[in-house]
Amino acid sequence: MFETSVSWNDMLFLLQGAGTTLLITLYAVLGGTLLGVALGLARATAPWWLNAPLGAVLDVPRSVPLLIQLVLVNSFKSILGLPWSAFTVACVVLAIYTSTYCAEIVRGGILAVPATTRRAARSLGLTYRQDLIEIVFPLALRVALPSWIGLTLGVMKDTALVLWIGVVELLRSSQIIVTRVQEPLFVLSIAGAIYFAMSFPIGRLGARLERRWREND
Amino acid sequence: MLDYTFHWRPALNALPAMLDGALVTLQVALLSMVIGTAGGVLLALGRQSGSRVLRGGCTAWVEVARNTPALFQIYMAYFGLGSIGIQLDSYPALLLGIAFNNAGYLAETFRGGLRAIPPTQARAARSLGMSAPKAFRLVVLPQLFRAVFYPLTNQMVWAILMTSLGVVVGLNTDLTGVTQELNVKTFRTFEFFAIAAVLYYLLSKAVTLSARLLAWRLFRY
Amino acid sequence: MIELVDVRKSFGPLEVIRGVSMTVRRGEVVSIIGGSGSGKSTLLMCINGLEAIQAGRITVDGTEVHARGTDLNRLRRRIGIVFQQWNAFPHLTVLENVMLAPRKVLGQSRAEAEAVAVAKLRHVGLGDKLQVYPSRLSGGQQQRMAIARALAMSPDYMLFDEVTSALDPQLVGEVLDTLRLLSAEGMTMIVVTHEIAFAREVSHRVAFLQSGQIHEIGPPEQVIGNPQRPETAAFLKAVL
Repeated sequence: MFETSVSWNDMLFLLQGAGTTLLITLYAVLGGTLLGVALGLARATAPWWLNAPLGAVLDVPRSVPLLIQLVLVNSFKSILGLPWSAFTVACVVLAIYTSTYCAEIVRGGILAVPATTRRAARSLGLTYRQDLIEIVFPLALRVALPSWIGLTLGVMKDTALVLWIGVVELLRSSQIIVTRVQEPLFVLSIAGAIYFAMSFPIGRLGARLERRWREND
Repeated sequence: MLDYTFHWRPALNALPAMLDGALVTLQVALLSMVIGTAGGVLLALGRQSGSRVLRGGCTAWVEVARNTPALFQIYMAYFGLGSIGIQLDSYPALLLGIAFNNAGYLAETFRGGLRAIPPTQARAARSLGMSAPKAFRLVVLPQLFRAVFYPLTNQMVWAILMTSLGVVVGLNTDLTGVTQELNVKTFRTFEFFAIAAVLYYLLSKAVTLSARLLAWRLFRY
Repeated sequence: MIELVDVRKSFGPLEVIRGVSMTVRRGEVVSIIGGSGSGKSTLLMCINGLEAIQAGRITVDGTEVHARGTDLNRLRRRIGIVFQQWNAFPHLTVLENVMLAPRKVLGQSRAEAEAVAVAKLRHVGLGDKLQVYPSRLSGGQQQRMAIARALAMSPDYMLFDEVTSALDPQLVGEVLDTLRLLSAEGMTMIVVTHEIAFAREVSHRVAFLQSGQIHEIGPPEQVIGNPQRPETAAFLKAVL
């Protein structure tokens, strides 16, 4: 019926690649979110003379192709003589990349809390800190979470680029199999299906969350 | 500390070649945006059609484009199509991949944009005596254009950055491709790619700024 | 006692309050009427320190509001304010909205705060809406929740900033009823309002504010019924 040279070992190999993809995503999103929250808070509360240059700097990773950033950091780490693996370089670059987007998401979330609502909280006697924790944080989270989920999924897809600096993630794994098996359409489709399976359900969850929180307002 | 001396001269000498590459980059990005926008509109309309097959097909395209990496889509165009007899060169494969991706994302953009315009607008236009196509063209479309302008600009910048993936499938005429060729010949990786990064940054900013200027002139209300 | 002495306030080059002096004693209900842009809302927000003043003095029970050492958070426990937009906290239920400040600011336990909150909410007629989210309530109900929220802090003074202006006409009554109830209980209130008939009925004194100055202040029978100043008369003629 359907003849293929793709073996179950190959499938396992693909899944290992998917595992690498997810691991890189995890590190990148973890580091990027922590950094991004700090940066976002800074951007939302800083005076204009600090905000403007900060914004310009954060804009750079968004205006240069990720591929180029990976190559640059990879070569720079060699210049500096750092003992980083390609995997580490990938995680670092993607973490920085994630943090710049996360900063905007956090900033947007904080600014989305109406000033009048915060004023009502302060009028009740809540301190600046209490206002941030009890009012701003929960409300900003509702605005930011759907976008953050989208960002995470985007980063997962962007991990495909790290094959260029030699990391064997899902797409590279599929390429390796294709060089042996010579069935590019079939193997690539499986890889695509795996990507789809990793992305689609979480995307739907994010959309559902967004809808539920929006109608609660 | 650094066991390396930076040699910027060769990189700067190569600037003309890299600028030529930048032109190709722009060309690919623009073409992919034109095709992608047209595709996006058709997909958005297709998802509203009565035919279940059409709806399903368009939704499939959009979901695949949005849930798989752009590089994967380019790979499919370059390697995958080869399986069924369609051998594309790097340039057309890159273009196809990016256009496919653009169309998927822009379909969502247009859907959101259309939804943001209250139906009362079209109703008001019809009440004034306009026919349906006229109402769409004179009242809905301008507002739609304004609503999607910013996302469209963003997508254009994305497209420019995405063209760098061409090098992975062997393209050597766009900015990244040219840079890589020079890199392979001289191994001055950092210097060459740093200059390329600056050029990409300037390209992105140029697009964003021109868009803002255009918006200021077009949307003065 | 709330005392305002020659208060002046500007927003940049625009002076919106130009020398307002006024005293409000415990148990008094003072209404402030006037056209848009007269500075009424700004005046209220100066009293609880939300807005700074450029000249003059505001004291609440001897504490000067805008003095450097004043703990505004502490002061605001004694002054409740309800705004035109009720500003419900959307992520909390009605009960949680009212419980928040007593727990976090007054340090009450969950049980204490809940008891107080339930009592206040029943008082304003929302006893059956405790577990509901504010988005499910009408404007009038949300406004009454805002009033209960301010009352839960047991303030000495309540400020109301045009609390019915954003409501549908049929919902205005229920909020005014709540204000009537509070005044009958002896709460000290400063009410900025467009509802002239209500001001006449409920206030001990009415102040007419225009262009940042009090042109006339006195018992409602006088200010509304028999205005002494031409500006007051002109305003009343235009709105009644």
